[in-house]
Amino acid sequence: MVDIAQQDAAPAISGGFAEALDRVRRSSEYVVIPLFALLVAGLLFSIFLLALGQSPGTFFALLWRGGFGTGFSWQNTLVRAAPLILTALCVAIPARLGLVIIGGEGALVLGGFAAAVASIPLVHAGAPSFVVLPVMCLSAIAVGGLWIGLVGVLRHYRGINETIASLLMSYIAIAIMNFFVEGALRDPANPNKPSTQAIGEANMIGDVPGLGVHWGLPVGIVVAILLWVLMNRTTFGFAARVTGGNVRAARAQGLPVGRLIVISCAIAGACAGLAGFFEVAAIQGKANASLAAGYGFTGILVAFLARQNPLAIVPVAIFLGGIAAAGGLIQRRMGMPDATVQVLQGLMFVVLLVSETLYGRLPIFRAKGDKR
Amino acid sequence: MSGTDIGFWGVPLAMFAGAIRVSTPFLFVSLGECLTEKSGRINLGLEGTLVFGAMSGYAVSYLSGSPWLGVLAAGISGMFFGAVHGYICKLPKVNDIAIGIAMMLFGTGLAFFFGKPFIQPQAPHLPSINLGGWSDYPQIQSALEINPLFLVGAVLAVVMWWAFKNTRWGLIIRMTGDSAPAALAMGYSVDLVRFLATTVGGFFAGVGGAFLSLYYPGAWSEGLSSGQGLMAVALVIFSRWNPLLCFGAALLFGAAGAIGPALQSVGITQGYYFFNAAPYLLTLFIMIASVSPKRSLKGAPGELSITK
Repeated sequence: MVDIAQQDAAPAISGGFAEALDRVRRSSEYVVIPLFALLVAGLLFSIFLLALGQSPGTFFALLWRGGFGTGFSWQNTLVRAAPLILTALCVAIPARLGLVIIGGEGALVLGGFAAAVASIPLVHAGAPSFVVLPVMCLSAIAVGGLWIGLVGVLRHYRGINETIASLLMSYIAIAIMNFFVEGALRDPANPNKPSTQAIGEANMIGDVPGLGVHWGLPVGIVVAILLWVLMNRTTFGFAARVTGGNVRAARAQGLPVGRLIVISCAIAGACAGLAGFFEVAAIQGKANASLAAGYGFTGILVAFLARQNPLAIVPVAIFLGGIAAAGGLIQRRMGMPDATVQVLQGLMFVVLLVSETLYGRLPIFRAKGDKR
Repeated sequence: MSGTDIGFWGVPLAMFAGAIRVSTPFLFVSLGECLTEKSGRINLGLEGTLVFGAMSGYAVSYLSGSPWLGVLAAGISGMFFGAVHGYICKLPKVNDIAIGIAMMLFGTGLAFFFGKPFIQPQAPHLPSINLGGWSDYPQIQSALEINPLFLVGAVLAVVMWWAFKNTRWGLIIRMTGDSAPAALAMGYSVDLVRFLATTVGGFFAGVGGAFLSLYYPGAWSEGLSSGQGLMAVALVIFSRWNPLLCFGAALLFGAAGAIGPALQSVGITQGYYFFNAAPYLLTLFIMIASVSPKRSLKGAPGELSITK
């Protein structure tokens, strides 16, 4: 209580520029601490590399080159960042309500699968791509939204832990896709890798002109901005944040907690489903096991690194997309397993969560006169 | 064929055999999780511990030639993961569920990283005890080939159930799990008790991983565990934090996991992927049926974040 009183009192005393500077200093905590955590993770990973007799210098140089060094690597990075933005939103939106949802992978896979299935009759009927693509997109969003929305329903009406339920459902989602892709919906023209029928070259989403990256990236950025507005500038977002802060207080205020939870989960799932749509319509051209490429899991890390802020997710997704894009180069040049990137990501995740303990403890970020 | 063909009776028999074979990793992970949760903390990272245990157990067994040394190595590596989780979680403002997810990704990443060279070679397996010598049916004989680790797990379940009720340590763990202030008032360090419970729980999960790679399915691969560590967490909730019920639930899950292969063995391959999803569906339905938001769960540790 004392804190709040003092922070509120501060603008009255000092004014203008000094006050703005002070606000920047205090809120910079949310940028400095994650950056510091990344630095520590980098150092720990360097020690790991040294212990294996590898050079950290070479590793980080390759990481830079493979992720951000050339125009081609930027393209590769951004293509990976597009689904990461959307799967990270799948974690970040429910996180505002205090829910930890880690089943984005399942919603992505089912969304992509639904998009591919929806396209089959339309392609057979010879429908033009301006009909096929919206139908694919809407079915991906609907199925993804239903899938994670169901997690929200189970959470609110049955009290089932959403973390466990969402991960279990993501295994079920992958099994559902495999069941159909290897059975009823398998394309006989594709004997090597079980897949659904291709949506056809004419229906593929092209690249953004001059960028060499498909439309999933700008769409992802727009969705992130829209969801930031929704969560921070609307009554819905305010109610959601109140629910996340204190469920009992939200109930006492008469907020529809159940509806908020289910809608937020459905929005989250729709984002992941949309990511699946772009993977099918812009990259794979059909649904197969390649859809489960781990974007859902990396998205969890992106969301936590961005502190569940939809706007911060965009740069963080590009950063982690770059790390993933550099994986191949590191694998070839240094002769290290492809799991190297996974180790680095895991280490970053652990160190980042440990750094949470620093919030509010470092004097330089505190309000003036706060002598804790 | 006439003497040994038992037709569709093969399905329940294969499920019974599968229940014994497949349940062991569930059993170990759920006992480890049960111990950790009884002390008031949740470790979602046991999936990563399980995978890393499987890898290290297989690697040590291959390099040393002794599968039991592999089991020990898997347990010790699991203990290490448990200790890291236990240490981090005692820091203020750190979310134990999120740390669990991070440790899960980190553990699997490390296991894949170090496990690359061990995907091809064949490591010595754990021996099995043959209890089916009395039968002429090879199916029954193979169903009753029981791994010693299964028996160890069964004994462990009984010992844990007894120890929670009747020993000083059992009481201390239950007290820390139910009310940290009470434990503090009695002069016990809540952090230390939880740290130890998480560490030992990690040991159990690591041993469960060694079973996967050294007995059944019996080889290290990157797709070895798919969510078994996580299902075990749900299984602990289902068995109401009772080690004896954990044993029963593990058998049930083992049987569910064996439906797919059992049907395949009698020639039904349709829907193989669907039956492979059976354990996940079972977990989900069991959670839907057994959890309710209206009442608190019987036997749930009061300090556990997941039931609040």
